[in-house]
Amino acid sequence: MGTEGSRASLDAIVREQAGLVLASLIARFGDFDLAEDALQDAVAAALERWPQDGVPQRPAAWLTVAARRRALDRLRRRAMQADKAEALRAGEELRRSELATREDDETVPDERLRLVFTCCHPALSPEARVALTLRTLGGLSTEAVARAFLLPVATLAKRLERAKRKIRDARIPYRVPPETEWARRLDSVLAVVYLIFNEGYTATEAEPAARRALCEEAIRLARMLASLLPREGEVRALLALLLLHDARRDARLGAGGSLVPLDEQDRARWRRDELGEGLAALRAAASLPGRGPYQIQAAIAAAHVLAPSGGDTPWATIAALYAELEAVAPSPVVRVNRAVAESRARGAAAGLALLAAIERGDDARRLADYQPYHAARADLLRRAGRTDEAAAAYRTALALTRNTTEQRFLAARLEELDS
Amino acid sequence: MQYALLFYNPPHTQIPESEREATLGKMLQQMGTWREELLRAGVFRTGLRLAPVDAASSLRSQADEVVVTDGPFAETKEILGGLVVIECADLDEALGWARRCPLVRAGTVEVRPEWGASR
Repeated sequence: MGTEGSRASLDAIVREQAGLVLASLIARFGDFDLAEDALQDAVAAALERWPQDGVPQRPAAWLTVAARRRALDRLRRRAMQADKAEALRAGEELRRSELATREDDETVPDERLRLVFTCCHPALSPEARVALTLRTLGGLSTEAVARAFLLPVATLAKRLERAKRKIRDARIPYRVPPETEWARRLDSVLAVVYLIFNEGYTATEAEPAARRALCEEAIRLARMLASLLPREGEVRALLALLLLHDARRDARLGAGGSLVPLDEQDRARWRRDELGEGLAALRAAASLPGRGPYQIQAAIAAAHVLAPSGGDTPWATIAALYAELEAVAPSPVVRVNRAVAESRARGAAAGLALLAAIERGDDARRLADYQPYHAARADLLRRAGRTDEAAAAYRTALALTRNTTEQRFLAARLEELDS
Repeated sequence: MQYALLFYNPPHTQIPESEREATLGKMLQQMGTWREELLRAGVFRTGLRLAPVDAASSLRSQADEVVVTDGPFAETKEILGGLVVIECADLDEALGWARRCPLVRAGTVEVRPEWGASR
């Protein structure tokens, strides 16, 4: 392994440990920027020294000690500044930190839960939560995150700065939420991880490598959460869901880059090891108390995956699971997917009846621009032999999406109808 | 650190006239109860219920003059109806109190920290 290979593995070790180290530095110094700057310095030192001295036995401890030293240096410098208020503050922090240094030694306390809950606080904008989580715990550089979301680096950097300022100015506490807020706050964290995964999995505008990085980070985050919160069923279920989706990533797109429906995918291209890990995670989730939306979604994915072939897909079971999901987490996408599953189980008329029910209900106004609804409706009309209506619905759906894989899929269906 | 809780609600005129007095009366009572809780917890610093926006006047600079006009700073769908200032350790505590404010059900409660206390 030449210099390039060892550099790559050093990078990997550093990235693996960075979140843990950063989380503990923020806990120690109560200052995101100070912690990040100190960590950055420590990482630079590591990448310089480790190739010569060898990788330390406990890289996280090495990085933490190095970062602490640098943070204290910065505080000392601040304490000597002309600005009296700033100097006072820095002096206080310095005294507190130096005391703490004498007490503990090389154990790095795992403060990652405090960090992830803080980054995903509902008082931060959704975009800020995603950016901050990826930057601090995901170990992605600002450039990598910007690439993945097709944003100028400067825009993303500003977004991160605003978020950290908000945490400081509004005093968002750096802690694991208490029991009274637990469910709501955990939902927020899981939603951020799921959003990151979906951005990587289904979006089409950013380059493939950047999007792949998002999926990998999301799975990494989900695994981290599962290890830190082993008794939370929904955390394990989210991991299951992500793995069951990710396992099928090589079969999602057909020739020409159009979407291939689940039951038509080439199962030989599904990754068995990820499927296995996903199914095991789902079993673990099911053994824990409660049964939330992520568990139901994972069960749906499992039902698809466990069928020996596309033709054996248990649509009636899947329809029942969607009905269960609709009861706990109703949304247009769930209701549309349920209609599709019903149509496969009991015929197009049953599915179209469910779609008609959505059209009459509260969600009706939102449906006009809702592409999946039109795409599903087109599909059901096609199966019911109502060709002209189907074609019209496919055209509506096409006009509503900018996702190129969806476009190709819909265009192909439309062409089939016309021929 | 102090947090201002600013209450924004649709104007009272939107409540049907026949129900108005009863609705407002009930809201006042619930707000009173909430205020009592804030006082008992020792977090209440001050509060002010504001007259409707029809009673507002605004001052602005125009060229070299300061001009007075009738009305609030901006015409908005929800109107600033009042504010309460509480002392809390962090945002979660402030949000916890705001969540229990009865006006949350009828409008928006903005929670804004005081300037610079965290620096």
